[in-house]
Amino acid sequence: MGRYLMRRLLQGGAVLVGVTVIAFALLHLAPGGPLAMYTLTTSMGAEDLARISHELGLDQPLPVQYARWAANLVHGDWGRSYRDSRPVLVDIADRLPGTVELMLASLLLAIGIGVAVGILGALRRYSIFDYLATTGAMVSLSIPTFWFGLMMIFVFSVTLGWIPSGDMYSLGRPFSLVDRLHHLVGPVTVLGLVLVAPWSRYTRSGMLEVLYQDYVRTARAKGVPAPRVVVQHALRNALIPLLTLAGVQLPMLFGGALVTETVFSWPGMGRFFVDSLGYRDYPVLMGILIFTAVLVILGNLLADLLYAVVDPRIRFG
Amino acid sequence: MPATEPYVDKGGVSVKRREFLLATLGGAGAAMASQALRGLGGAAAAPQKGGQVIVGLSQEPTVFNPLKPHIEVDRGVHMCLFDALWRMNPQGQFVPNLAAAIPTVENGGISKDGLQYTIHLRRGVTWHDGAPFTAADVEFTHQFIMNPKFDAATRVGYDGIASLTTPDPSTVVLRLSKPYAPMLALWSDTYIVPKHVLGSVTDLNNNAFDTKPIGTGPFTFGERVAGDHITLEANRTYYGAGPYLDRVIFKYIPDLTVMFTRFQTGDIDVTGIQGITVDHFDEAKRLKGVTLHTGPTNFVEYLWFNLGRPQFQDKVVREALYLGMDKQSYIQRIYYGVPPDSESYLAPSSWAFNPNLPKHEYNPEKARARLEEAGWKVGADGIRAKNGVRLSFSNSTTAGNKVREQAQAFLQQNWKAIGVDMQIKDMPAAVVWGDYFFKSQFDSVTVGWNIWGEAGGDPNVLNWFGSGYIPVKSGKGSNTTQYVNEKMDRLAEEGVSVVGQEKRKPIYRQIQAILREDLPVLPIFYYVNIEGTKAGLQNYQQNANLVSNVWNANAWWWAK
Repeated sequence: MGRYLMRRLLQGGAVLVGVTVIAFALLHLAPGGPLAMYTLTTSMGAEDLARISHELGLDQPLPVQYARWAANLVHGDWGRSYRDSRPVLVDIADRLPGTVELMLASLLLAIGIGVAVGILGALRRYSIFDYLATTGAMVSLSIPTFWFGLMMIFVFSVTLGWIPSGDMYSLGRPFSLVDRLHHLVGPVTVLGLVLVAPWSRYTRSGMLEVLYQDYVRTARAKGVPAPRVVVQHALRNALIPLLTLAGVQLPMLFGGALVTETVFSWPGMGRFFVDSLGYRDYPVLMGILIFTAVLVILGNLLADLLYAVVDPRIRFG
Repeated sequence: MPATEPYVDKGGVSVKRREFLLATLGGAGAAMASQALRGLGGAAAAPQKGGQVIVGLSQEPTVFNPLKPHIEVDRGVHMCLFDALWRMNPQGQFVPNLAAAIPTVENGGISKDGLQYTIHLRRGVTWHDGAPFTAADVEFTHQFIMNPKFDAATRVGYDGIASLTTPDPSTVVLRLSKPYAPMLALWSDTYIVPKHVLGSVTDLNNNAFDTKPIGTGPFTFGERVAGDHITLEANRTYYGAGPYLDRVIFKYIPDLTVMFTRFQTGDIDVTGIQGITVDHFDEAKRLKGVTLHTGPTNFVEYLWFNLGRPQFQDKVVREALYLGMDKQSYIQRIYYGVPPDSESYLAPSSWAFNPNLPKHEYNPEKARARLEEAGWKVGADGIRAKNGVRLSFSNSTTAGNKVREQAQAFLQQNWKAIGVDMQIKDMPAAVVWGDYFFKSQFDSVTVGWNIWGEAGGDPNVLNWFGSGYIPVKSGKGSNTTQYVNEKMDRLAEEGVSVVGQEKRKPIYRQIQAILREDLPVLPIFYYVNIEGTKAGLQNYQQNANLVSNVWNANAWWWAK
C-alpha cells in the first residue's frame, strides 16, 4: 500500500511538471498579451507599454521566463497577478470560500436527488417514473445553463420576487445566515439540476447490475426486509462507480462553474479563470492550472484508494 | 464661470443651479427649462442623508493606487477615493478640487511664457486617516511618478516638469522645460497620493496601500471582495459637498444581459461603464421607476486604417471608402439611431471643436467614379486593383461584440458595391489590442477612442497623429495608423506649446480640417452611453469629459 502510494505520488509529480511546461508554453504562445488591457482604456503610449513589458519580464525569451517562474515556484513564490498585483495564492484563496459554498451545496443536492432517483429508477425499471427520470436526466444535461439560469431569474426573481437575482448575500447589509441561504437557492437549483443527471444515471445502472446478483436474491430469500436489502446489500456494491464520479468531480468543487457564476453574479473560480484568460494574467492562470491539476491527480488517487475500502476484492500491490 | 472663484465646486447641485440660470436667462426652450427645473427641484430640496448605491460594472476594478497602470473601470473608484487638483465638469471647464483656483494667465497662475504654474491649494483638507494634506503631497506624487523604481502608468507630460517646488505648505510651483498646454488636463487626471503613507514604503510597486488606499476623496475604502464587489464608506470629514450616501458599492457583473436583468429587479441602482446596450434600449424605456441617461460621450467610433498598407496610401481610396459608407443606415439600422454622427475626433461640447467640417456624403456612384479615375480598375474577381495592389483588406475588432459584428457585415456589403473586398477578422481583446494593434500589424480595425478624455480633457493629438509617434518606428506614441503629414506635425506641436484656449482654438480647428480632408481614419459616430438609475437617485449626472460617471458621487442622494 505504502509503495503503491509512493509510486502514484511520484507519477503525479511528474505529470504536474509536464502540465506546467505545456500550460506555460500554450499560454504564452497563444496570440495576444497582458498589455492589451491598457491599450483601449488609458492614454499609455508605446514607450509605457515597452517599459512595463520589461518590468514584467515579458521581453525575455520564453525558456528564460519559464525558468524564472519555475524557480520562484520552487521557493514558494507563485508570482503576482498582473491585474491586481496581489500574490496569486491570495487571489485564489479569496475565491475558494464562495466557490466551495456554491459547489458543495449544488453537489450535495445533485447527489441527494440523483442517488434517490437512480435507486427508485432501478427498483421500478421501465415504470412511468423511470421513463420520466430518464427523460429528465437527458433534459437537465442538455439544457443550456445560461438560458436556464436566466429563466429562473426571470420567473422567480423578476416576476414572482421569491429569490434574489444574484450575489452571495445582500450587499452592504450585516451577515445573516437566512440571507445567505436565500441567495443560494437560485444558483444551487440551477447547478444542482445540471449535475444531477450523471449521479442518477450511474446509480441506476450500478443498482441494476447488483440487484440481480445472487447475493441480493439470497438476502431476499432469507427474508431480509426490502429497504435493508437495497441499502446494505445492493447500494454498497453499487457505490463503486459513484466513487469514480466523486473523484472526477472533486476538482469541480474547487474549480467552480463559469456559467452559473456569471448568471448569478457569483464570485467563483470559474469566472476568475475566464477573466484572467481575458487579461492574459499569466501568473494567475498558471496558478489556477497547477491548483486544478493537483486536485485532479489527488481526486483520482483518492477514488482509487477508496475502491479498496468499499470493495475488499481490490488490493494494491 | 470665473476660474478664480474658489470653492465653486459643490458637486452636481450648484452645476444644476447654474444650468437653470443659464436656461432661464438665455430664454432657452421650454424643454431645456423644464429639465433644469427638475434639476432645481433636486437642488431646492435639501439633500437627505443615508442609504447606499450599488453600481453595476461589467469589469472589476482592482487597481487602487491611482498612479499605477490601470483600466478605465479602476478610474471610477479613484475618483471616489482620491482627488486631483481640479477636474473637468460636464460643461468642459476645469473646477478646483484640491487646488483653491484654476491657474490661468489672467489670474497670474500661469506665467506669460507658459513655463511657470503657481497653484494655490485648498486649506484644511485632511487625508482619510486624519493627517493634513499639504503641498508636500503634490510634490511627492510627482516624485513618485518619476521614480524609476515605480512602474508608473505613464510619465508622458510629467517628464517635462523641470522642477516642482513648494514655497509654503499650500503653494506648489511648477517650472516646465518648455511650454506644454495640456499641463492643466494632465493634473486633472493626476490623483494625489499621501506622502506620509507611501513615503515610507520599501517596495513602491506592491505594498499595503494597494489594498488599503488612503485618499482625500468623498469616500473611504471599505473592503474588496475579490471578483465580486468593492465597498466604499462615506468620508464624514470630506471638505466638499456631501457625501450624502452612507456607502457606494461597486458590484462586478460581467455579462451585460445579466446586468440589465439585475437592473430590472432593482438589485443594482446604477448601470455603470457600458451601461445598457442599444438592443435593450426599447425595453429599458418601458421600465417603471427608473431614469435613463443618454448623453453623448467623447468616444468616437472609427474605421482605423493602417496607412502602412499600400491599399490605403492613396488618398482617393480613403475618400472613396468614406463616400461608399452608408453612415446614416449604419447608425439607424445597427445602432438604432441612438448615436449622433461624427466628422471629428472631438465632440461639439469641446471648446476646440470645429463646427465647419464638411458633412459626410453617401454616394457610391461618386466613389466608383473616383476610384476609376485614379486607375483602380475592377478585375476579373470583381475587386478593384492598381499596379498589382488589390483593394482587399481585413477589418478586426474585439470578437463577441455583437452590435459591432453586424456593423462590420454591413460595411462589407457597402464596400463590395464599389468593388472593395473587406474581410472580417475578429479576435479576442487580448489579441487584437496587443502587438497586433500597437505594432501596426492590422489592415484596419473598428474601434472607439476618446482622444479628448484620455488626455484628461485636451485636444492634443501629437501622440495619435504625429509622425514621431509611430510605435513601430520610434517605439513611442500611439500613431498606429502610421499617419505622416508635415503640416500636421507642425500644428500638433504648436497646439501643445501655445498656452491659452483662445490661442489654441484656431490651431485645433485646422487640425480637424486636415484630418477630415486627409481621412487617415474614418470617423463614424459619437458613442452614447445609455445608463439607468433608480428614479429616486438625485444628482446623477453624466460627464462626457471623464471616463466614469461616478465622478460626483459625493452629491448623490436618495429622495425618499
